[in-house]
Amino acid sequence: MRDRLRRAWEVLDDRLGVSKTLGPVLRHPVPPTARWYYVLGSATLFAFIVQVVTGIALALMYIPSTNNAYQTLQFITHDAPFGRVLRGIHYWGASAMILLIGLHMARVFLMGAYKYPREANWLTGVVLFMVTIVIAFTGQLLRWDQTAVWTVAVTAEQAGRIPYIGGAIAHFVLAGDTWSGETLSRFYAFHVFFIPAIIFVFVGVHLWLVLHHGISEPPVAGRPVDPGTYRAWYHAMLEREGRPFWPDAAWRDVVFGVGIITAIVLLAVAVGPPQLDQPPDPTQLNADPRPDWYLLWYFAALALIPPKLENAFMIAGPLLAAVVLLAIPFVSNRGERSPSRRPWAVASVGVVCLMIATLWIAGVRAPWSPDFSARLLPEQVVGAASGPVAAGARLFHDKGCEYCHAIAGHGGNRGPDLTDVGDRLSTDQMTWRILNGGTNMPAFANNMTPQQLDELIAFLKSRVRR
Amino acid sequence: MSSGVPASGRSEGAEEIRRRDFLTRLCLGLSLFAGLIVAVPFVGFLIAPLLERVVQVWRPVGSVDQFAVGTTSKVSFVDSSPLPWAGVVARTAAWLRRDGPAQFVAFSVNCTHLGCPVRWLQDAELFLCPCHGGVYYKDGTVAAGPPPKPLPRYPVRVRNGQVEILTSPLPVTTVR
Ligand code: FES
Repeated sequence: MRDRLRRAWEVLDDRLGVSKTLGPVLRHPVPPTARWYYVLGSATLFAFIVQVVTGIALALMYIPSTNNAYQTLQFITHDAPFGRVLRGIHYWGASAMILLIGLHMARVFLMGAYKYPREANWLTGVVLFMVTIVIAFTGQLLRWDQTAVWTVAVTAEQAGRIPYIGGAIAHFVLAGDTWSGETLSRFYAFHVFFIPAIIFVFVGVHLWLVLHHGISEPPVAGRPVDPGTYRAWYHAMLEREGRPFWPDAAWRDVVFGVGIITAIVLLAVAVGPPQLDQPPDPTQLNADPRPDWYLLWYFAALALIPPKLENAFMIAGPLLAAVVLLAIPFVSNRGERSPSRRPWAVASVGVVCLMIATLWIAGVRAPWSPDFSARLLPEQVVGAASGPVAAGARLFHDKGCEYCHAIAGHGGNRGPDLTDVGDRLSTDQMTWRILNGGTNMPAFANNMTPQQLDELIAFLKSRVRR
Repeated sequence: MSSGVPASGRSEGAEEIRRRDFLTRLCLGLSLFAGLIVAVPFVGFLIAPLLERVVQVWRPVGSVDQFAVGTTSKVSFVDSSPLPWAGVVARTAAWLRRDGPAQFVAFSVNCTHLGCPVRWLQDAELFLCPCHGGVYYKDGTVAAGPPPKPLPRYPVRVRNGQVEILTSPLPVTTVR
């Protein structure tokens, strides 16, 4: 039986030429010291394959029409067998892909693997990084819930800030002068056809380049890259001590990749897909659009940037990031590769990580957003059931103060905490502030009777440390 | 690519070379042609939204006496040319303010900062934006936060006791 199977395989292999073509590719020699940090790129590819498979499955039931998409997603999530898990895998797979491609890029940069002769590997990788973010973002819009609808508006607004052509691009994003039946089907086409096609092409080229130039050897301090001699040195090194990629190095890729896929599926089962927000009704204004975690830091940047710099930031920021990334191999394609000899490279990665982490934390807390869930302060906080202080507490809520100012942990964080404002400000200072407002506070002069003002101040004056 | 040509032993005449040159150009030219005739409708379809004409129509949003003087209320109306499969997305909301017997102002619900939907607080007489904390006064002027411009207004009129709003493009803040 075994012999017959082997015989059959030999015939098949002879006619198809599998071993003849793939054999040398799989067994191409790689540096013997390639270790675990080389698995990030292949893991990104595995995550992408998971996305393709689950994406195709989801497309069996998802209807990309503005009228039905939300219902089909509800059905997929709650009724269809395996629907919840599939959506979950697609979401966690996207998260994994973004995380892994970011780590892969940082690894390649820190180890100087983008230097001669692998500049084109880096450039194709940067393109893959950028389209991965776009595909993740468009995927979030396909959820077509309240958040997605308003995110489309926010996207169009940002596109609109591009000088001169911004209006046209916003129009293009919306597929019309406002949301319409065309909006969603176009995002769908971008998400499932246009961008995946780009990814396939660039993954192909990227892999071809990896084979063509060979895997970069781990950097050694004091062994700089010299374009004049590098190739000859690299090939001599491979000849001396190279190991076949399959299976000597590939086993790590397989082990790590399978680990990632298992983690994705486990998260999909245990945590599940992100909740769908309210249905996509543009006349329902209780929306609070927020991007998924991987863009939350950018959302925070938009809130924190001073308005004066905002237009420049929205356009120049992403543009500058793209230009810097693409320029890296042109600026330094030779010299030291080891991170221990490239302090600036290490520092810049550190700064980028720190910046994203800080903004990300700010984005999670979003202290700049008014607290729309603010309720009337409880009586034990107010300290009075009737009289001017109680009336003032009611005004504190009704006039909107509480949406932005917190007292004893109730209310928003946009403005200063007023828990013990009575200790800090005099009656005059308070009056002035309330009537005239400030940089980030409306003026209430036209919206408050003298009696109301007295009550509000009585309440605020009673806010003292106990 | 001349290495791919079998060495036939005879020297290649100038004519042969010209012939190959011509065939190369012919193939490139034909491919370009084929690409173009397919690309034109493809690109045209892709940018179709830019080629469509903006139509505007007046839509009734309620009778005049539905709105008390001095109040701001949410109204909604259907876009100018809704597609049959658009569903609820064909509808747009606006904040309608009645200032006097026949004076109405209709504000866009989209914050001029980044387009998030602003909410009206009746007692505070303020519009608040959930995204980055933009605030507007009841007349739509900016009170606080990042918005660069007042809330945009829709043209509004009263016809036969009905308040009507002119459908308009989503207001996008642009820079020149
Ligand atoms: S979108 Fe309204 S403040 Fe940013």
